Amino acid sequence: MAGGGEVKLLGLWASPYVMRVQIALSIKSVSHQVLEQNLEEKSQLLIQSNPVYKRVPVLIHGDNISICESPVIVQYIDEVWSSSGPAILPSDPYDRAIARFWAAYLNDKWAASLRAIAAADNEEAKEAAVEKAAEGLALLEGEFTRSSCGRHNGKGFFGGDCIGYLDIMLGCFLGWVRLIEKLDLVVLVDESTTPGLAGWAERFCSDPAVRDFMPETGKLAEYAKKFFPKYKNPKMLL
Amino acid sequence: MANDGEVKLFGTWASPFAFRVELALKLKGVQYEYIQEDLTDKSSDLLKYNPVHKKVPVLVHRGRPIAESQVILEYIDETWKTDYPLLPQDPYERAMARFWARFIDEKFLSTSWQAACSSSEAEREKLIEEALGYLKVLEEQQHKRLLGGNDTIGFLEICSSFVAYWIIVIQEAAGVDLLTESKFPNLWKWAVEFQGCPAIKQKLPLPEKDRLVAFFSAMIEKIKRYK
Repeated sequence: MAGGGEVKLLGLWASPYVMRVQIALSIKSVSHQVLEQNLEEKSQLLIQSNPVYKRVPVLIHGDNISICESPVIVQYIDEVWSSSGPAILPSDPYDRAIARFWAAYLNDKWAASLRAIAAADNEEAKEAAVEKAAEGLALLEGEFTRSSCGRHNGKGFFGGDCIGYLDIMLGCFLGWVRLIEKLDLVVLVDESTTPGLAGWAERFCSDPAVRDFMPETGKLAEYAKKFFPKYKNPKMLL
Repeated sequence: MANDGEVKLFGTWASPFAFRVELALKLKGVQYEYIQEDLTDKSSDLLKYNPVHKKVPVLVHRGRPIAESQVILEYIDETWKTDYPLLPQDPYERAMARFWARFIDEKFLSTSWQAACSSSEAEREKLIEEALGYLKVLEEQQHKRLLGGNDTIGFLEICSSFVAYWIIVIQEAAGVDLLTESKFPNLWKWAVEFQGCPAIKQKLPLPEKDRLVAFFSAMIEKIKRYK
């Protein structure tokens, strides 16, 4: 099965969830075709391969296999192409559990708070959302310190020397984090509040497996205007 | 019996999530100590072991805590490998099990619980519609045997115990109609089989229905009052 069958990714350049899959495919050197999707006019292929959610990312492998939901897809990639490139999930069951725990936290709780900042149309709502997002980042800063302490003196990644599962689950949001910081004039990840994550973010974004997929801020800002009306406001400086 | 280092499970008798973990431990033959939590008066240990969510279940193995039931199930499967695999071997089958377990928790469970606890008539109706939609998806999948029979209580079936039993309890406690035999015959049939499944009955009997209904009635009432 490994490597057998053509690989297609139904994607969207602006989606952090799609980015997770692209990073995973890149780490494993899996040649694949990316089919950019238009979520306002969903393709037949998207609807057929993801009838439950009708959203990206979807990994299509060979003739019969469609995998949906980015955490499921990333683990699938890790397992199918296990002999190619470094492992994405850690090998120790406890470390795997910790990575999955934080991935669940990011997906179930934290991503919504980030989105809430962008969607906030008044100062009060924005501040409440920022506080929530900052709380989450403080927890992840703690986890980064705990996991990297004594291993890399605060360098490296959650996964160790290489990018791993939790790096991918969090790092995929950095494009949007940087955009929101710029447009909403807030600080989320920086040297003073999250020193560990600040260094990690730079290393993550410049990693060869990530570089090509991190969206350019200007392009992302244009895209954001479609979904978050307040960004259309010309008073926002870019 | 596998007893590979001290294992503690923090849970409550009524929790569908704690049930999942306990069932997995029983199926694997792992010895453990069960610490019954009072969620109105959480122990300092629970708060120490799960500071992020402060919830049950938490599994503590060799002094190290793991929270979130699906995460715990995978940990159990990867740690005690010799008996009774919970997840299939094939990567595609594993992906399907994970996909549907996520769907059950993120979509069906969360929506149906919100519907049960909603104090607004309009909001509840909307949530019920949504939950019924998710059940329809599961019903169609069950037609294709998504959820295994008596002999195949794996990761997905364990997570689906919410659909097989807890939703039936919660809908009665809340006075809403979600999973009914007339609307969802395949799921209903599977649910009845699950409840009567000898493997489960022998290893870990489901909590008694009347007691659970009373528990959830009180809990839902309390939540509604504080809204």
